[in-house]
Amino acid sequence: MGFFLEVVLGGLMAGVLYSLVALGFVLIFKASGVFNFAQGAMVLFAALAMARLAEWIPPMLGIENLLLANLIAFALAVVIMIALAWVIERLVLRPLVNQEAIALLMATLGVTYFLDGFGQTIWGSDVYEINLGISKDPLIILDKVFEGGILVNRDDILAAAIAIALVALLALFFQKTATGRALRAVADDHQAAQSIGIPLNRIWVIVWSVAGFVALVAGMVWGSKLGVQFSLAILALKALPVVILGGFTSIPGAIIGGLIIGVGEKVSEVYLGPIIGGGLENWFAYALALVFLLIRPQGLFGERIIDRV
Amino acid sequence: MSEKKIGDVILDLKGISLSFGGVKALTDISFDVREHEIRAIIGPNGAGKSSMLNVINGVYTPQHGEIVFRGQHFHKMNPRKVAEMGVGRTFQNLALFKGMSVLDNIMTGRSLRMHSGVFAQMIRFGPAEREEIAHRERVEKIIDFLEIQSYRKTPVGMLPYGLQKRVDLGRALAMEPSLLLLDEPMAGMNVEEKQDMSRFVLDVNDEFGTTIVLIEHDMGVVMDISDRVVVLDYGKKIGDGSPDEVRNNEDVIAAYLGVAH
Repeated sequence: MGFFLEVVLGGLMAGVLYSLVALGFVLIFKASGVFNFAQGAMVLFAALAMARLAEWIPPMLGIENLLLANLIAFALAVVIMIALAWVIERLVLRPLVNQEAIALLMATLGVTYFLDGFGQTIWGSDVYEINLGISKDPLIILDKVFEGGILVNRDDILAAAIAIALVALLALFFQKTATGRALRAVADDHQAAQSIGIPLNRIWVIVWSVAGFVALVAGMVWGSKLGVQFSLAILALKALPVVILGGFTSIPGAIIGGLIIGVGEKVSEVYLGPIIGGGLENWFAYALALVFLLIRPQGLFGERIIDRV
Repeated sequence: MSEKKIGDVILDLKGISLSFGGVKALTDISFDVREHEIRAIIGPNGAGKSSMLNVINGVYTPQHGEIVFRGQHFHKMNPRKVAEMGVGRTFQNLALFKGMSVLDNIMTGRSLRMHSGVFAQMIRFGPAEREEIAHRERVEKIIDFLEIQSYRKTPVGMLPYGLQKRVDLGRALAMEPSLLLLDEPMAGMNVEEKQDMSRFVLDVNDEFGTTIVLIEHDMGVVMDISDRVVVLDYGKKIGDGSPDEVRNNEDVIAAYLGVAH
């Protein structure tokens, strides 16, 4: 029982990370109807920025406090991601207003490759680390209930806390603010949104900035766990089955979808792996997504597609 | 409505021509709209009515012609600028925010009038909270006016067609427009729904003094509520005047009923 819980917990923690990336996809899709293939590249780009800035700034300013250095690097990385959102809106989205979704998808593919290359040009292409100053020693919990207790990583707990805070923030933003309402409006109908005076361009900059911010948080948490390297961008693609599972338009869906896939992967790898052979972890998420596409294409929490005939 | 005061010309369209590739949608159309009036644009299907509305609204850019709105001259309009100048519109094929509730849909109409910062709104900071409440009050009045109180929280995608049309009108009204463009507000409605919608249009015009430009291909309804009517056929203007003048115009009769050869 203790071992099973440990596997589940490990899965949940991995799931939180998938959720963070999936959130970025959902945000942009919700607000602009664009499937942003570049979300993974944005995670890598943001993580590289954060890692390198945290490395460069302290010697420049003579800061020795790790927390302060991280905060400055984080703040600068936020500014960079906002600038990036602005540039993407100007150069990519604006010329493509009212074009087919497929044209926009192709454009985001272009952005993906550009960001992958450009990121490594300015930030470097080695493996970098983000040190959040958390001890790597695992915590042992519930050792009174189970023999040996359950091992939990401290950085996993931090990741979960950050994810919860981020989701609360986004929920407030979307549900309680006029800007959030405008974002949802733009998602539903560009033309109608324009007719009531909602500025499409500004809305897009805002939503890409928010997605950039989410990418930064995801990149920071992932980077601190696995190191900042190119494989982050590929790992981020795991978020695709997550959004299919959770629904393209649902923020809670992204979170729960991520958790289901995280747990499913780990549990199936550990318990089914020995029976049908290993490597289950690599394709489990996609197989699950496929099943969902067949039986519930809008995902767990996606908006039902209501079509009047 | 007999007591209504019709004011000066606020919108003047001069020699508007619009074509898509080789297809001429509008040819040299000129007409004006006076303050507080209900001005209808009618014509058979494909006459260019919606194109005309989209030119006024800035969705289409005419190749020739000029638009004079409140003394300002424009070669082309821009949808957002037009909204800022107090022009609201509804859509022929409903363009509502389907996933959002009736209330939220209409609240979006207040976008241009909300000024609190995002963070103030998130933490429900005092002034931001008061602003939201003030806007909510206006929106509730519109909801009462359109008699859709019981659907407040319903996602609009789930409402029947006639009610969706009302929400569309409500969203435009929330802008407190001085000029309202209605694109076939009664299309696809049954007689009862048409009567309701006519009543709303008249009330908006009467109570708020809103100038209304209305497109319709059903002549009957329009003749009853409009002050002046423009008739288009194949992108050309074939009639302009009071409902009675238009009704007796031979070109108009020919366009609607066909001519014997």
